[in-house]
Amino acid sequence: MDSIIKKICAGDVRSASRLIRDIEDKIPEARTKIKKLYTHTGKSFIIGITGAPGAGKSTLTDALITKLRKNNKTIGVLAVDPTSPFTGGAILGDRIRMQSHADDPGVFVRSLATRGALGGLSQAAGDAIHIMEAMGKDIIIVETVGIGQQEIDIINHAHSVLVVLVPGMGDEVQTMKAGLMEIADIFVINKANRAGAKQLQMELTSMLNLSSKTTDGWNPPVVMVGDAFKPETFTEDIANLSRKIEEHHVYLRQSGKLTERMHRKAMAEIKDALHTCLLEPVIKSLTAKGELEKFAEKIKNRKADPYSVAEEITQRFLKKEIEK
Amino acid sequence: MPERKIRVMVAKPGLDGHDRGARILARCFRDAGFEVVYTGCHQTPEQIAAAAVQEDVDLVGLSCLSGAHRMLFPRVVELLREKDADDITVIGGGIIPEQDFSLLYDSGIKAIFTPGASLDSIVEWIKTNVRPH
Ligand code: B12
Ligand SMILES: Nc1nc2c(ncn2[C@@H]2O[C@H](COP(=O)(O)OP(=O)(O)O)[C@@H](O)[C@H]2O)c(=O)[nH]1
Ligand SMILES: [Mg+2]
Repeated sequence: MDSIIKKICAGDVRSASRLIRDIEDKIPEARTKIKKLYTHTGKSFIIGITGAPGAGKSTLTDALITKLRKNNKTIGVLAVDPTSPFTGGAILGDRIRMQSHADDPGVFVRSLATRGALGGLSQAAGDAIHIMEAMGKDIIIVETVGIGQQEIDIINHAHSVLVVLVPGMGDEVQTMKAGLMEIADIFVINKANRAGAKQLQMELTSMLNLSSKTTDGWNPPVVMVGDAFKPETFTEDIANLSRKIEEHHVYLRQSGKLTERMHRKAMAEIKDALHTCLLEPVIKSLTAKGELEKFAEKIKNRKADPYSVAEEITQRFLKKEIEK
Repeated sequence: MPERKIRVMVAKPGLDGHDRGARILARCFRDAGFEVVYTGCHQTPEQIAAAAVQEDVDLVGLSCLSGAHRMLFPRVVELLREKDADDITVIGGGIIPEQDFSLLYDSGIKAIFTPGASLDSIVEWIKTNVRPH
């Protein structure tokens, strides 16, 4: 076995984080390594956490880590923050809330920047999960950006999706609009000591009673989590949340939904890989030769239309592949 | 060859709550196109070194205005070395008297910036001296 692969499977953080970096930077050799790693993946339980910025996702993640570590689970965390579209830079600040676990060897926190991806994650997230799985992490927590209106990429990666809401932010309406109702396995009403928490809980519960999800055999629970700065109650609330996550895991296994989700994930992975292997090289090659610019010029001047251009490109590239 | 992005970490070691400079730096590094991991205040050198390895950063920037840099900065370098991660460049800044510079340089700190240092000069130093892994 490749020595890097061996190291990653033995849990070496440095090799793992470096390979994640290579995936983010789209280094071609990194793909070869993922191919070799792939048989070692697929055994971790993956929890997704989504919700508006400031809702408390990172703080909840930190608390869940503390709880899960008490049960001796090893944890991987992928925390995604947005890349600035203007400079390409990013401030990755989720880690601030989780630093108390930094020197615990059972916890590996890796921050990712979106780098232009719109679904709330980074394009590298899928492979980063694979790498953490290969390291043997029992549980992987993925924190999404929380900005997009369509932040639903997470359902292709996670087994349990937590949607975090805060009273008094008009979140119930936003939740509906963003399609988050459909993706939540568990709702968390965070900072539930604030005014409006009961109201939000009632509204959510009544919306849930009308939705189709409940006929699935799983009624997404609405879990109240109070002030993170009041340890007496917070620890209890997190234990309760952690219990609900475990219940959902059991439900997934017993109902056969887990295999359904893994199938869905496999489908998404093929599509992502096709994008990487088929579309990206085509665009790259056309860009390098300056052809993309020329096509754009033609389309702008109405000498061609985008469909004909795309068809011409497709024919050319597929033919080349077949001749090979 | 695809373009590699520079990843840096800004960390505040020790019992020092002066985070204004660190925050300004984090924003400035983002605007320079870097990916910046910010750890927040009150970090032990152990936490900083572990985080730097987990995040695979090219550079760790330590900010200290409390006067404890003589102890804390060299310790971070030492821990990175122990973790086989001495390819990570470590620089520092804050309230650092000139007579401490040589001690810090000798311990492996690659550059020091004190109040009044222009943000451009810091970004320029990183772009010249740090190659992404
Ligand atoms: C603002 C300030 C505060 C604010 C801090 C607000 C905040 N959240 O940051 C408050 C009022 C809270 C405060 C409190 C205290 N402060 Co005060 N504070 C200052 C002051 C006036 C300015 C610091 C500042 O923000 N500068 C602006 C930023 C942008 O500059 P900077 O951090 O220096 O960063 C620049 C460079 O140093 C460099 N840099 C800095 N870090 C890094 C890191 C890297 C990687 C790089 C490349 C560059 C770099 O680049 C930046 C751009 O040029 C300084 C005096 C001074 N002139 O520096 C005193 C000062 C730092 N404070 C001091 C003291 C003693 C205190 C207190 C202990 C006072 C007290 N007795 O209660 C407390 C301790 C607080 C704590 N928990 O640690 C002393 C420290 C003495 C020492 N080290 O020997 C100073 C020097 C004042 C003095 N002359 O006595 N303080
Ligand atoms: N009062 C209060 N503040 C909280 C609570 N949980 C998180 N916060 C604060 O809310 C802010 C955003 O939290 P963070 O976890 O970073 O949110 P994220 O953006 O969703 O990851 C931080 O300042 C936290 O300290 C809580 O239960 N009560
Ligand atoms: Mg966060």
